[in-house]
Amino acid sequence: MHELSIANSVVELCAERAMGARVLRVTLEIGRLSAVMPDAIRFCFDVCAKDTVVEGAALEIVETPGLARCLDCGGSVDMIDLLEHCACGSVNLELLAGSELKIKQMEVV
Amino acid sequence: MCTTCGCSKGAGTVITDPETGERIETPAEGRNGGAREPGSWRQLATGPEGASVAAHLHARGHRHAHEAHVHEHDGHGHMHEHDGHVHSHEHVHEHHHAQTPAAFDHSPVSIAEVAIAAATHSTTIALEQDVLAKNQLLAEHNRGWLASRHITALNLVSSPGAGKTTLLERTIRDLQDLHSAQTIQVIEGDQATLNDAERIRATGCRVVQINTGTGCHLDAGMVSRALAQLDPPAQSWLMIENVGNLVCPALFDLGEQAKVVILSVTEGEDKPLKYPHMFRASRLMLLNKIDLLPHLRFDVERCIAYARQVNPSIEVLQVSAETGAGMKAWYAWLEAAALEEVGETVR
Repeated sequence: MHELSIANSVVELCAERAMGARVLRVTLEIGRLSAVMPDAIRFCFDVCAKDTVVEGAALEIVETPGLARCLDCGGSVDMIDLLEHCACGSVNLELLAGSELKIKQMEVV
Repeated sequence: MCTTCGCSKGAGTVITDPETGERIETPAEGRNGGAREPGSWRQLATGPEGASVAAHLHARGHRHAHEAHVHEHDGHGHMHEHDGHVHSHEHVHEHHHAQTPAAFDHSPVSIAEVAIAAATHSTTIALEQDVLAKNQLLAEHNRGWLASRHITALNLVSSPGAGKTTLLERTIRDLQDLHSAQTIQVIEGDQATLNDAERIRATGCRVVQINTGTGCHLDAGMVSRALAQLDPPAQSWLMIENVGNLVCPALFDLGEQAKVVILSVTEGEDKPLKYPHMFRASRLMLLNKIDLLPHLRFDVERCIAYARQVNPSIEVLQVSAETGAGMKAWYAWLEAAALEEVGETVR
């Protein structure tokens, strides 16, 4: 349950970059393989935002799917979780996408 | 607050040096994140021809006006970008342009009016900011500091009770006998108590304890402060015993050379599948308490296969910190990691 400290970092980063403006909306990108639960972030976000310029901001979460390249056959593998394997049977996979944990943008006023 | 593990930003971290009894308390993080109050103006950027881009920052329920409008307005709205700040303006004609800040009209307005103002005047700022970047930066700072002293730092992670502290006690005692030149220094991480630090200190090893309060993992900032307190000598091993937790510590780089995950055979052999992030992030898995295998239904081969399913390159050593079985291979691994540390720095 690291989502609380992550939600806290999100609020801090947004408050810092807002330079005093009120934040209306925050858009986060969370990869499916990032080990971060969007629901837990939502749960913590409002608590962390309280008494900051981020208080009351809408939180939008864009979940990005996991994608890997098989290092044995070169095929691409859709990663639902880290336990996926390639159609060729290999688990020797290089993650290409899905571990993102980023603040994409925010809307301030 | 967090109902799963009790994580909270309400409590600060305490670093204790059991040798001197010195306690360094880090207060809980600020609520406002250094942000200023709404209602102020700030020049965000200066564009070509000295045109300033003004951000309108106004408190809820107040009218606002612009001091100096440098944007070309055609009354139909436009978008422009300055240094990554995208402004979208859809100027309504009732909008008042005052001449000086003193002319601001602060009469209360209705919520509906504010909503309209917000809808028409919001500014979208593209950030593309990695949420863990701050921790990553501190971790790289730690890594550079450790490399400059040829210190081999390992982040020991496991669930509570897998035997991290017992493993460390034995490792310290055995290496003291084998290897008086290179010392081990320890950073202990636990939510509370100095118990583990006292156990390590009893071996004669230098140790500092980080108590995370309600936090469920160590982060690079805590380790940076502990390093300042510990001041480990050049060419030593630094063992960072993380908070017992197979989830969160996988995400927080501390600046270590490698993570070592300890799994005891009294746990389920499918732990690597249940906690894939941790096993994927680790370079070595120490399978501990193998002296108990005759009494358990634990399939060692299956456990190793599971670990390699999530991390094909993970190295595996089977040990018993209690009896000493397999520990020589672990010490050889430590020696190799130390050589690598020196090699990396020389290169």
